[in-house]
Amino acid sequence: MTQVPMEHDHHEAGLHGHDVHDAHHDHPKELGHHWDNLNQQFEAGKLGMWLFLATEILLFGGLFCGYAIWRGNHPDIFAYGSQFLSVKWGAINTCVLLLSSMTMAMGVTMAQRGNKPGLIICLVLTLLGAFGFLGIKYVEYSHKFHEGLLPGIAFYEKPSDSHIWVEIEEQAGDQQETSIATDVAESKEEAELQMARADLPVMPAAEATTNEPAAIGPSGLNQSRVVQEEETYRVFYKEGRIAAQEDQAAMAEYAEHPEEAMRELEKHPLQDPDRPPNAQKFFTIYFLMTGLHGIHVVVGVIVILWLIYLTFRGRFSPHYYTPVDCGGLYWHVVDLIWIFLFPLFYLI
Amino acid sequence: MTTIPVPPSQPVTPELARDNYLTYTRGIWSWLFTLDHKRIGVMYLCGVLSMFFVGGIFALLVRTQLLTPEGAVFNDNANYNRAFTLHGAIMVFLVIIPSVPAALGNFVLPIMLGAKDVAFPRLNLFSFWLWMAGAVFFILVLVNVDGGLDTGWTFYTPYSTTDGMAFGGVLWAVIGVFILGFSSIFTGMNFIVTIHRLRPPGMTWFRMPLFLWALYATALIQVLATPVLGITVALLFMERLFGMGFFNPALGGDPVLYQHFFWFYSHPAVYIMILPAMGIISELISVHSHKHIFGYRFIAFSSIAIAVFGFLVWGHHMFTSGQSQLINVIFSAITFSVSIPSAIKVFNWLATLYRGSISLNTPMLYALGFIVIFAIGGLTGLHLGTLATDIHLHDTYFVVAHFHYVMMGSALIAMIGGMHHWWPKMTGRMYNENWGRFGFALVFIGFNVTFFTQFALGSQGMPRRYATYNGMVLTDLYHLYHVISTIGSYILALGFFVTAGYLLHSIFAGKRAPDNPWGGRSLEWQCTSPPPHDNFKEAPTVGDCYDYSVLEWDESQQGYKWREDIERPGNPHVSGKDGHA
Repeated sequence: MTQVPMEHDHHEAGLHGHDVHDAHHDHPKELGHHWDNLNQQFEAGKLGMWLFLATEILLFGGLFCGYAIWRGNHPDIFAYGSQFLSVKWGAINTCVLLLSSMTMAMGVTMAQRGNKPGLIICLVLTLLGAFGFLGIKYVEYSHKFHEGLLPGIAFYEKPSDSHIWVEIEEQAGDQQETSIATDVAESKEEAELQMARADLPVMPAAEATTNEPAAIGPSGLNQSRVVQEEETYRVFYKEGRIAAQEDQAAMAEYAEHPEEAMRELEKHPLQDPDRPPNAQKFFTIYFLMTGLHGIHVVVGVIVILWLIYLTFRGRFSPHYYTPVDCGGLYWHVVDLIWIFLFPLFYLI
Repeated sequence: MTTIPVPPSQPVTPELARDNYLTYTRGIWSWLFTLDHKRIGVMYLCGVLSMFFVGGIFALLVRTQLLTPEGAVFNDNANYNRAFTLHGAIMVFLVIIPSVPAALGNFVLPIMLGAKDVAFPRLNLFSFWLWMAGAVFFILVLVNVDGGLDTGWTFYTPYSTTDGMAFGGVLWAVIGVFILGFSSIFTGMNFIVTIHRLRPPGMTWFRMPLFLWALYATALIQVLATPVLGITVALLFMERLFGMGFFNPALGGDPVLYQHFFWFYSHPAVYIMILPAMGIISELISVHSHKHIFGYRFIAFSSIAIAVFGFLVWGHHMFTSGQSQLINVIFSAITFSVSIPSAIKVFNWLATLYRGSISLNTPMLYALGFIVIFAIGGLTGLHLGTLATDIHLHDTYFVVAHFHYVMMGSALIAMIGGMHHWWPKMTGRMYNENWGRFGFALVFIGFNVTFFTQFALGSQGMPRRYATYNGMVLTDLYHLYHVISTIGSYILALGFFVTAGYLLHSIFAGKRAPDNPWGGRSLEWQCTSPPPHDNFKEAPTVGDCYDYSVLEWDESQQGYKWREDIERPGNPHVSGKDGHA
């Protein structure tokens, strides 16, 4: 507890307008009329902030819970979808956010010491971190949007500006050469080709999954051939294909050169016959969770701007810096949630 | 501590009457932008009661429709669906959940605690404005924007997410629910911090009136459960608007996941409704029996126990949803365990009544009515918590009767009882006791005729939410029960109109209320009626709030006063002259 009750020697009675009644002459101006002293007010503010942060965690808790259930039921979707995220940008963003959390913590210390220039520098650095994070997020999101890697039903529309989308004529030619030898893959490609001939954006084949028989594509797709897969472990190797466990050659190749196999996708998911059913679920939960987190970062930007404004106005002192402390707590929680999001989506 | 002793027997002086919170400042804006918890509480009360009126109209429409097997009101079944959906959604989200904590709690909590205000007055005002905004969204649904709302108050998927199955009003309603959720969260945060940080000297945790314990337990649930509802309806919104597929099996989603998310909030929400009601009853029973509450600690801890258990029983709403038998058994067992702390409370209230000096004032009648109704509502809950009987009773009128006994008959009856109890304090006026007792009799009889019949109706297999019931095997039997139930609902409505009538009359023509009309010992009865703007000039010193031996009847002001032969520990009275600089 670093705060001491302020001496009641201020006579700037309530001009900041708590209410018309705020005319207690023995109160410092920051002190609400219903508090005995600044320390009591500070402790209450902190307690309120912690409760609010608990509600924030629970708000995200629903989404984390949804993530856990979906991942538990369909690990293949998450293994497949996470290839499309850039670990590089994610890692940079994690560093940016961690650094901004550090500058925020330094800012609180500056406020406690009454170092106004230091506080402003720290808050501005934190603000830069927040903008950096949002900028990188913008790069990532716009890439996903151009590739059509979108949540929900929008996933099944042809991408607007894709690097890996193959036009239908080329695709038909390619598939002759690259078709793989198993019956399973052949039948899938047949379904794929049929849809390609119909000149439609390629929609998910209705397939039974390894775990859940309930997973089928959007309505209207149930006519395509249902393929019951055996229990297999899937690995990804180059060309974005999925090999069955029995495919020893592919396994061996993957074991020797995993980074090469994972190198780069050459197939758009909509054109990939080995895409797991309902692959859009990964992007649904990805956009929901990072989107809600992004909204919190935007709110954080507003909070930091407000803190900078108040600092310029000289509202903080070693006796009164509750808003800085609470804003800092909020920023740390935003950071903390990202610390969980990054590995859950990008790494595992 | 400097106190300004003013004898409580001092009659209401003109200065005091002028210096109360109602007349402190004037004009509509001084109300809408007030930071005074008492005014915010009164505004909540007005809002909640208006919405209670609207929800009640829908209830009467629903009951009237069922007068005949073919349906007496709506020629379109979708309109019946709209009516019962709006009845449920308005009553739950806009009436019962904010009724006790936000309306009565806001008014009473800081005064009872001995504080000048809640911890965060601005947040309190903000939460009231959020409530208003949420109400606006429901009014939009009410006027059938985008076709209105017909999913039932639970917004179950896939009804709520599939185009053509539900009307577009779902979108508006879930925005409203989201906003109302945050209103509730902020109220809860405010109460928790207030109780932790604003207790005056002597107000230890175990000297707090039990209403405060109940509000504290409620606030914990509000803070911990409501965010999950927030994210659930946010997901529903995204699903509906963008086809996210979170709950849509065609896109790999899971509709039962929605039920889990929804009930994870909405079962604890049942305790948001009933816990503060129980707190009111603890106060009413003790004050109007003029006897120390029996088993104080047990009642206090049972509130916390109910709050904790309340988080672990949501699955009993989903026994027939296809969840695993093991989970069903576990949820059933935990459900039964909730009845233990509930029964502890009931037995403690009965023990408090035993050999008490009972005054059958209107609030006390509501409290006694509560005990009867809650006992029936609680015990029929056991039928529904039992797996075997629940299969038969699920989605019948038995369920309807059960939750009306608990949510309406218990939570709202307690709220109305509490309103009568604190009415003199809020308005400074006494209502007519005889009309009060008559109104209670109508409400109590009307309620039981309406809903006890429905237990019989449900056990005979009448499903809930049916617009018509002609052509069934038992149509004649159902018809008889429905007619009785509808007549009961008219008696109930008459009771509420009588109540509204004499309460409104009292505001304009009621006798001036004494400071302590019932003989309460908690701090709000030591303020003037109505209380001054600041509640307490200095933080008061607090003793045992259930020790009534220090009070005696004062004929001159028709209220109770502190006995002159006993020294007061500290005087929370605010002087009329010195009240405001």
